[in-house]
Amino acid sequence: MHIVVCVKQVPDWDIPPSSFKIDEALNQVVPPPGVAAVPSQFDTIGVEAAMRLKDEAPDTKVTIMSMGAESARDVIKHSLAMGADEGVLLTDALFENLDWYQISLVLSTAIKKLEGVDLVVCGRQAVDWDMGVAGSGIAEMLDWPALTIGKQVKVSDGTLSVERVLMDGFETVEAPLPAVVTVSNELGEPRYPKLQQIMQAAKKQVTIWAAADLGLDDSQLGAGARKLTLEKLYVPVSNVECEFMEGDTPEEMAQNLAKKLAEAKLI
Amino acid sequence: MASSILVVGEVEEGRLATITAEMLGAARRLSGDGTVTCALIGSGVEASGQAAIALGADEVIVVDDAALAEYNTDTYLQAMLKVAEQASAPIILFGQTDMGRDLAPRLAFRLDTGVIMDTIELAMDGDRLQGTRPCYGGNARAINVVRGDPQIATVRAKSQDLAAEDSSRQGTVTKIDAAIDQSAVRVKVIERSGVSAEGVRLEDADVVVSGGRGLGGPENFDVIEDLASALGAAVGASRAVCDLEWRPVSEQVGLTGKVVSPTLYIAVAISGASQHMAGCSGSKNIVAINKDADANIFKAARFGIVEDFAKVMTPLIEAVKQEKGG
Ligand SMILES: Cc1cc2nc3c(=O)[nH]c(=O)nc-3n(C[C@H](O)[C@H](O)[C@H](O)COP(=O)(O)OP(=O)(O)OC[C@H]3O[C@@H](n4cnc5c(N)ncnc54)[C@H](O)[C@@H]3O)c2cc1C
Ligand SMILES: Nc1ncnc2c1ncn2[C@@H]1O[C@H](COP(=O)(O)O)[C@@H](O)[C@H]1O
Repeated sequence: MHIVVCVKQVPDWDIPPSSFKIDEALNQVVPPPGVAAVPSQFDTIGVEAAMRLKDEAPDTKVTIMSMGAESARDVIKHSLAMGADEGVLLTDALFENLDWYQISLVLSTAIKKLEGVDLVVCGRQAVDWDMGVAGSGIAEMLDWPALTIGKQVKVSDGTLSVERVLMDGFETVEAPLPAVVTVSNELGEPRYPKLQQIMQAAKKQVTIWAAADLGLDDSQLGAGARKLTLEKLYVPVSNVECEFMEGDTPEEMAQNLAKKLAEAKLI
Repeated sequence: MASSILVVGEVEEGRLATITAEMLGAARRLSGDGTVTCALIGSGVEASGQAAIALGADEVIVVDDAALAEYNTDTYLQAMLKVAEQASAPIILFGQTDMGRDLAPRLAFRLDTGVIMDTIELAMDGDRLQGTRPCYGGNARAINVVRGDPQIATVRAKSQDLAAEDSSRQGTVTKIDAAIDQSAVRVKVIERSGVSAEGVRLEDADVVVSGGRGLGGPENFDVIEDLASALGAAVGASRAVCDLEWRPVSEQVGLTGKVVSPTLYIAVAISGASQHMAGCSGSKNIVAINKDADANIFKAARFGIVEDFAKVMTPLIEAVKQEKGG
């Protein structure tokens, strides 16, 4: 079985909200200095899902695919250290500022070019834009089924079986391979690469493809081909002022809070 | 300017879902004198047609078929394609629900157009819909516009005002045949297990008491449950707590959990990460109890206590009972 995991490089989300900044003129996030870009959280969970399938069936090949700047090589390396076999880095000036239609077009075209892919694993959403569209988009462009928001991924006899997370429960769905699955954090913690694996990862192959290698050009990837545009990006302002409860003891603070809530007719 | 809008409705336990009512309200507001159409796809959903009209629909398109009894991407996509063709509306709205998350992107790509997921504000700019959506874990907002046709968006629960219900409103109900092509159905639903919450439903509750990782263990949720029962509130949790399996996933509040907008939200030992706030910042009043005075939750709170939860919760439950009794 050949699995492709799509891993996006994103700004680190684990920063204090106060250090989150936007350049409103450029409609772009300004990463805080010294904070490294990281693999999107759900995508590392996607690598974990693929590795669990490989643990069960060791002849499985896992390819990591990332589209982005040259620096996206780092997220591929991290995934290779988790045990994946090969990497594909899609990098080109034409790949900047794409909409989701174009992102899905680039990724699905590269997946076709790899040939013989049975399963594509994506995150439920990339943690920069929180959109949650590319998994279904890739599937639609490949004319494959997509099983979304999975917490457990199994494959047997050419059938993909996924336990999906619903708002109020779970459901098990199946589809024949080839197919796409998107995964959620309920799948569990991703494995942590060991030192030896990190060293091995340095020797694994990373193929680099540009737009021309995929037969794509400005007519599909240019601004004019966008189906979704970003008009504005901003930081919402909150104007709540917290009133801290006073009191010499925790009991007094608790009583003061109950009084305040009653005065405000909230209880 | 008039724009016709198609709202993809959902029926839960025989009733029109709240999110559908909200979207009808929004569609009425945005459409000017354009037509508001509500699609009802499922089995036994026709009966909700009148309710949709009372809440603002001019036209209801019903696809009622036993094969659509439960959501399946492939069967619903087929039904949706027929509905979209029948309505031929330039704008299609879905709820950001289990169905909307899965179906809206799929439909958009099938129709070669774009989709704006999880919008919280909608406005018209000429004939284009502007959708405002939280992104970067709730730290930022983006305003997006779809440049293809139709323009598709999903709408977050509790983000829109309901239209006033008017049972004298008139509208038409059109039934279309599902005629599902089973050969194009690749996805099979094997089983579905629901978690039925006891007591008040979290997403509808007027008061919510949520606990975070700072409680230190599942056993300490006693104080959360006791305060909730004293207040007639629902219990919520942070993702950290659900990931640790101290509480079921269905209690998770936040970006990838539930969106709540109660009158009162009490957060105990929750740091207030942006992804958590994404699910509760619509609350009218937030109260935070946290031992760290710098915790982000206090930036959104109206009242706060900086103290160990273990010391304040028991007296708080007592004091609340007294206030309520007195
Ligand atoms: C893409 C993405 C999606 C996410 N979606 C969600 C989501 O939907 N919902 C969600 O909640 N999170 C979500 N998160 C996770 C989020 O970023 C935080 O990690 C999580 O909310 C933290 O939970 P917490 O506040 O319970 O735990 P912590 O961050 O560990 O905070 C515990 C708090 O308890 C306080 N505390 C400790 N001991 C005590 C004590 N004795 N008394 C009083 N206070 C005490 C501490 O001061 C601290 O503020 C998401 C993250 C990502 C990247
Ligand atoms: N630039 C990218 N490179 C690799 N994978 C991506 C990229 N963009 C999106 N994806 C995949 O698609 C998923 C959903 O992304 P999104 O639709 O942007 O929320 C992500 O979790 C990734 O698995």
